[in-house]
This record gives sequence, structure tokens and C-alpha cells, in this order.
Amino acid sequence: MNAQTATQTATPNPQLKSGSNLEKVLAAGHFAVTGEIGPPKSWRAEVIRKKAGLLKGCVDAANITDNQTAIVRMSSIATGIIVMQEGLEPIIQVTCRDRNRLAMQSDILGAAAHGLKNVLCLSGDHQSFGNHPGAKNVHDIDSMQLIRMFRDMRDSGLFQCGEAITDGGPPLFIGGAANPFADPVDLRPLRLKKKAVAGVDFVQTQLIYDMDRFREFMKKVVELGITEAVSVLAGVGPLKSAGMARHMRDNVPGMRVPDAIVKRMEGAVNGIDKDDKAARNAAWRAEGIKICIEQIQEVREIPGVAGVHVMAIEWEEAVRSIVEGAKLLPRPVLA
Amino acid sequence: MIVAEQKPVATLKEMLRGKRKILAVGCGTCVAVCFAGGKREVGILAAALRMATELDGARVEIDEAIVQRQCEYEYIDPLKDKLNQYDAVLSLGCGVGVQTLADRFQTTRILPALNTKFMGGPTEQGVWEERCQGCGNCLLDVTGGICPITRCSKQLMNGPCGGTDTGGRCEVDKEIPCAWYMIWERMEKLGLQDELMEVRPPKDWSTSRDGGVRKIVRMDLRKPDPKDFQE
Repeated sequence: MNAQTATQTATPNPQLKSGSNLEKVLAAGHFAVTGEIGPPKSWRAEVIRKKAGLLKGCVDAANITDNQTAIVRMSSIATGIIVMQEGLEPIIQVTCRDRNRLAMQSDILGAAAHGLKNVLCLSGDHQSFGNHPGAKNVHDIDSMQLIRMFRDMRDSGLFQCGEAITDGGPPLFIGGAANPFADPVDLRPLRLKKKAVAGVDFVQTQLIYDMDRFREFMKKVVELGITEAVSVLAGVGPLKSAGMARHMRDNVPGMRVPDAIVKRMEGAVNGIDKDDKAARNAAWRAEGIKICIEQIQEVREIPGVAGVHVMAIEWEEAVRSIVEGAKLLPRPVLA
Repeated sequence: MIVAEQKPVATLKEMLRGKRKILAVGCGTCVAVCFAGGKREVGILAAALRMATELDGARVEIDEAIVQRQCEYEYIDPLKDKLNQYDAVLSLGCGVGVQTLADRFQTTRILPALNTKFMGGPTEQGVWEERCQGCGNCLLDVTGGICPITRCSKQLMNGPCGGTDTGGRCEVDKEIPCAWYMIWERMEKLGLQDELMEVRPPKDWSTSRDGGVRKIVRMDLRKPDPKDFQE
């Protein structure tokens, strides 16, 4: 789609804010599925095309991460354009770490000109985690303010400074993140409410392994009326090994992995020779996919959950098995 | 106060390379209180540098001096007369002190012995913590007296982010308490948690460093300009 047609076909349905596929799927009441593509540490497009091919038809849209974990990669917008060329709809991630309000606004205008419609607003992992720990971070605005800024650009046709955008606001479907598990836990539903007030259309949650805690979170989210205006996509992802489960349980801030899950992953290699690495890996991965499918089935039953966000970073091959196993294929095709 | 710490002796030794005689000048205010550049620290550092340079076979002669406030001209002006006997001045003042000396004594090389770290205060014996970034538009009235610009690693105005770890620690470092965790707790104690539900708009950073170099002019304190009285 070139820039001209992107503008002309921006919002054919006046009920829709952006007309993105993800928005249409959610508006039609389907249980949505999103995935994730990490751009390469390279200038070559082939890797992206390959990853897009693995997700195409399995998900309604795919997040394109923005220098995730503060490691330099191809820009999310540039990657998103390539993904779109492959017939997969991108969700452009935008972090507040790398750009100020001028750059964010100019980038989103450029993204919209290329026909990109979904955007996910994030604070961004701190640069101390990445490969340029000596970098200066920006944090001119925070993720809440970013949501509000994009909403005002879209709905009021205004830049953050209050000046009018020539030719009106860009059609955007605005996303955010929510972590049901980080401390203080009581505050998490309230913070999501705040994002709803700021103008978020959909949120994707942190990876869920503690289903009981997620149920409690969603109960409060529904009570607060958030799901009336915001589509909540539950974050799930396949574990690759028992070691990964333990690492996520013990070392990743804001992540909760119950011991039962760790034990299940550990038990997956029972009876397999310790030296048969290939067989152990295959057993772990099969168990990881199985757990993930069960989790999708569980979150589908939780009131207020509008879809799932499947995170299989550097394991995009797993997504089809997971989505198929959860009986979520074929994905709806909407006009 | 302004909190600073000394540069490593090896760094200073390198800085003094080729100098024969220098004057080490301490400051009796902030950096004295945080044990980085007061009279005592000047003495200890000067001794260390004498020894270190002697071991290298090129002993630097170091005289010591202390001024009450290195950041004000009237306190440093008395140094002027003796400066011509030194190759350089090693300032144990903060960055303001170093620049005040350099500004006043433009033909003398002024070298910094400290790294100026932050505006903060002591929280335990031997521990200093950052509290203010001088953003120029204080918002402590709406954040329960805890500054997120200084104490949140991402300077969030509507935190906390999703990286708060168990017990309210920052994802960047378990030693850093999460500012927004503390703000919510504090506002709860104050019965003001509802105020945090308001979406805080983007901050106007023009009062901060981003607005360019800052300066305050108080007309009520200015001396009358004699020209104003000329006919």
C-alpha cells in the first residue's frame, strides 16, 4: 500500500478508529491473537520476511519490538513496513526511552503515511540492560502521556503542543502494556484504569504463568469497567526449558512463575538420557507448547479477556502449533 | 547539599603529570560535609599525591588551602596573590567551585579533583542519596514529597512501570527503591491516593536544563546601576 492509498482508505468504517485488522477482529467480537517479531541486529530484510511468513495467518497482528531490552536493532517502523509487505499486520512498539515527543510524533506520522495503524506505547527497558549501557535515555514523556498524546493526535487532530496537524489526525489503534504481577499488586488494576482514561484501546499483559493471580487481576479490571472500553489481551508464551522457567521465576523482575510450572517443565525430561540434549530439548519444547495451549484455554474462560498475545521470541515456529492447538485457526478474514 | 566524591589517585596523578608545584584548594561547605573536599580531605589527598608522585620519581610539591565557599568570588579572591607560584590549582570543590576559580583566575590552570555527583543528603552514616535534579518546577506537592524525576530510573510521571520487583525495588538495581512504589504508599498514608488517578500531562522541561543554561536575576537584590541616576 503506498502513502496515497493509505490516506484515502484510512477509516472506511466510521465506527472504527483506525480500521486496522486487529481493531476489526476485536470489534467483531472475535477472540484476538497477536504475536511478536523482534527486528534483526542487521540491515537485511530476509530474516523479517521469514519471521513474518511464520506468523502470517496465525495471528491477527504482530508486535514489532522497539530496540527491545535496550539492544539496538532495526527500527520498529521500518521492520513494520516490511512485515506489512508480507501480508502480516504490524503493531509498532514505541518506547519512551529513545525518543522525545518531537521524534515520536514525526515517526507516527511517517508510520501512518506508510499505512501502519497499530501502535503500542511503552516506557521501554532501561538502557542498563542493553548493549549501550552508557547511552543517555530520554523519557521526555512516559507511556501514559504517550497514549494520551497519540489519542489527541488521532481524535483531536492536535500535536502535543496544541497545534493542529495539517489534514487531521492519523488513524491509530492505540495499545499499551499491563503487568498484573508487579508490586504493588493492588495498584495494577488502577494503573490500567489510568491507561484507559488516558485513551488506550487495547492492552497486552506481561507473560502469565500464575493463572490464579491473573484471574484476581481480571476480576478487578472488569469491576473497574475497564473492559468496556479497552480490549485486554492476555500475554502467554511457551517455555523452552526447565532452566528458562527457573530463570523467569527467580531473576526476571515483575514476573511470577509458580513452582508447579517449573516442576512440570523439569518432569518433561524424565526418563530421557541426560546426554541426549536433542531429545531433552524436544521434550521441553513440546511440554512448553502444551502448557501454553492449556493457558490459552484457561484465559479464554476468564471474563474480560478479549484475546491472547503469544510471545515466542526467537521461536516463531512455535506460534502455529500453539494457535492451532488452542483451536484458534483459521483466523478471521474481515473486509 | 551538593554531593561529590574524589577522583581516583591514579587519575589525579596523570592529571598532574609535568607539574612541579600545585595548590590544592578545598571548600568548607557542601563537599566538606560529605567528606570529599574539606580541610581534612585536602590534607589526606595532598599527602597521597605527594607519595604517589614521589614513587614515580617526579614528586609534585603540593601546598594546601581551604576557602569557606569556593563558589563565591569574595571567598576565593584572597587566593589571587599567591597563585603565580603554582603550575596549577587542584580544586577539591564541586563543579561550581572549579568553574568559579577558573573564571576568576583565567591565566591559571584549574584542575578538578572531585566528581560532582548530585544534589542530595546523607541517609545513613557514610551514605548519601540523590534527591533533586533541579528541574526548575517542583512537583513534590503532587507526589507525596518524593521526587519521581530524580528517584524513578525512567523519570515517569505516571508510574510505576511494570518492572517493579518484589518489595518495591527498581528493575534497574535491587539497591534502588522504586520511587512510584513509595509515592503510592505515601499518598495512601496521606489518604490522597485518588489524586494519583489523574493522568499527569507531559512535563514542561523548559525550566530544566533543556531550556538552555539557567540563570536567576533578582531585581530586588541588584545594586542600582549608576547610569540610572545620570541626567
